[in-house]
Amino acid sequence: MTDRTKDLFDAYAAGRASRRDLMRGAARLGITAASANFLLGSSAIDAMAADYDWQAQKGTAIKLLLDKHPYADAMIADIENFKKLTGIEVTYDVFPEDVYFDKVTAALSSKSDQYDAFMTGAYMTWTYGPAGWVVDLNEYIKDPKRTNPNFAWDDVLPGLRSSTAWNGVPGGALGSADAKQWCIPWGYELNNLTYNRKMFDKAKVSVPKNLTELSATAAKLTKDLGGPYGIGVRGSRSWATIHPGFLSGYANFGERDFTVGAGGKLKAAMNTAGSKDFHKQWVQMIQESGPKNWSTYTWYQVGTDLGAGASAMIFDADILGYFENGGDNKEKGSLGYAAFAANPAAKAPTPNVWIWSLAMSSFSKKKDAAWKFMQWAASVEHDLFGARKMDFVNPVRASVWKDEQFRDRIAKSYPGYLEQHDVSAPGAKIYFTAQPLFFDVTTQWAESLQKMVAKEVPVDEGLDQLAASIDKQLREAGLG
Amino acid sequence: MTSQPIDDSVRVVHRRPIEWLPYILSLPALLVCVGILIPFITALYYSTLRFRLNLPALKGFIWFGNYTNLLYDPEFWNTVGVSLRYTAISVGVELLLGLIVALLLQRQTRINNMISVLLLLPLMTAPAIAALMWKLMTNPNFGVLSYLVSLAGISDFRWASSPSSALFTVILVDVWVYTPFIMVLLLAGLRSLPQQPFEAAALDGVPRLFVFFRITLPMLSPYIITASLFRLLDAIQQFDIVYAMTQGGPGNTLLVFQVRAYLEFYQYTNVGKSAALLVVLWAITYFLSNIFIKNWLRLRERSHASA
Repeated sequence: MTDRTKDLFDAYAAGRASRRDLMRGAARLGITAASANFLLGSSAIDAMAADYDWQAQKGTAIKLLLDKHPYADAMIADIENFKKLTGIEVTYDVFPEDVYFDKVTAALSSKSDQYDAFMTGAYMTWTYGPAGWVVDLNEYIKDPKRTNPNFAWDDVLPGLRSSTAWNGVPGGALGSADAKQWCIPWGYELNNLTYNRKMFDKAKVSVPKNLTELSATAAKLTKDLGGPYGIGVRGSRSWATIHPGFLSGYANFGERDFTVGAGGKLKAAMNTAGSKDFHKQWVQMIQESGPKNWSTYTWYQVGTDLGAGASAMIFDADILGYFENGGDNKEKGSLGYAAFAANPAAKAPTPNVWIWSLAMSSFSKKKDAAWKFMQWAASVEHDLFGARKMDFVNPVRASVWKDEQFRDRIAKSYPGYLEQHDVSAPGAKIYFTAQPLFFDVTTQWAESLQKMVAKEVPVDEGLDQLAASIDKQLREAGLG
Repeated sequence: MTSQPIDDSVRVVHRRPIEWLPYILSLPALLVCVGILIPFITALYYSTLRFRLNLPALKGFIWFGNYTNLLYDPEFWNTVGVSLRYTAISVGVELLLGLIVALLLQRQTRINNMISVLLLLPLMTAPAIAALMWKLMTNPNFGVLSYLVSLAGISDFRWASSPSSALFTVILVDVWVYTPFIMVLLLAGLRSLPQQPFEAAALDGVPRLFVFFRITLPMLSPYIITASLFRLLDAIQQFDIVYAMTQGGPGNTLLVFQVRAYLEFYQYTNVGKSAALLVVLWAITYFLSNIFIKNWLRLRERSHASA
């Protein structure tokens, strides 16, 4: 690499040259796109290396536990730069999502030191944290000797920072002053409407603005399209059925999973009048316009149906709609995106979020090396690489959302995506109450939903039974 | 030849040398037994604790508290009911189908031998993979079985996603995978039966149905009991097919013991309750297998006596 080439890329990495200047300069120097990628990564690494001893754990080897996901793919594509930066060898195991969290539970509950860092979601840390399986990362983030000065923790979207921090008190607010940082955000998804523009044009419907319109539009699409069903939402017997579109809509009506009473005691709140109304609408929408085998639907089935043209729209993760608009999908290029506020009286959407995060195992014997990896993976530089070059959406950093190259790429291939994100992001956070029985509660809630959709139990009765059962479990666990 | 008198003060005691060989040969079995007993005793211990991994402060002995909680839990009785129904229906259907196929393949011809090998193919499939295959085949949008059923005039059949047909669907998968197992055992039994009673019956012109019910079935009954016992022990512990298809749903329609115990540990980290469920499952399995073994011994004695 010549000095002129290095100077050009270093200038861009340091923010002294614009992207246009970089492109012109690279063209003049005869640099191909593939070489430019590598040179950019190297310059970014050099910029990161300048202020911090990245080589302090040189020669160490760490092992990661990863979920099969585009975020992991993006990290693996860039891992050589981490190795070059730190001299730390990295190996990893990748598991499909269906079994991933069971693998994490097995590894952590056995107190194994096999894995040093792993992917997780915020909800899981409500189990891992109190069990003592994960490290409170505040001890690293707040220590200037251990964290590189360019890590820019404050650049991470504030809603995501607080949603991944909990003080361990059931019902305690996320992100409170005494909260422990059980994991650091890596990539996230909020919930919106992704719809098939061709199908909407054919049925002459417009994008629904609230839950009543959503049900009516879905019913009309189911009737008029002669094949595809109107609305795809998750339905499997799992917490993952409650957390996406369902809870986003539920929260928009001001409904909650629990109320927190005197002495911090939790009480189930799924059987309020407002909650019952919401559930009735939701159940009816699925019965009239949802997939026929809805009760087996995970995010995979919801997404693949949309991409294959088997459904007209989904109320689910925005990134699911993003991925289905590309690749070899039948409906590639036909999908549109819209922010969605289920409550007609609400001022803005309240999307619940899923935050893929990185956590450090308490049993790791190489914590400092693991923290080097986590810093690198969650750095501005890697976030930019993923956002610009790979399918790393949604990035967690405010600076990346302002990046011109990222925004241009999204605007060109995914029209409406940026707009829906910008409208939805201010209200995007975790709307669940943090408590250790999260999976018990949400799985039982999904089970009740299945019974209601199958007409095994009326909505009102089902929710009363659900609330009573959850209150009993809370009392047995000393939480209610 | 004179015999020397034996001096009472000196007695020569001839001891038999210790036979070490049986002990050495039993050692591997003993080690396996110990290996099985360790997790069993650990599970018994955990079942006496209130023990949730995410609430370590609550850990403590509650002795039979987990068991009494189960007795008062309607979900537990649903689990018992679903597990027993699943076992009874799947084993019953597999026995019937396996016997029919074995009777059809009884004669040793080249084509029969080839068919009996081909029919073993489903047994070679991992149950979880079979369940995923059937999940695709029963998809209402593109599944071949949904298409065939629609040709028969049944539209909107929900297979595993409806509470009314979920049990039927998973039993169908179980029957597809495990009927060959029963078929192989019964076929071996049929081909090993002594021929004299059948020749005598043929000479006497005895009707075939009479021969089947009064000669074949009684002689075959030890094999039927053996095959049923193996399948029963397997079916009541069913996990793969149910979990791969519905994770115990829709609702709690398919929450069999193993699925429930798995979810209690891996999703809810409730070690005590999960262990208690598995101990109850062990007790039911032990009770049922005892009944079968007693009957098997009785029938074997009877068939030896008649031979």
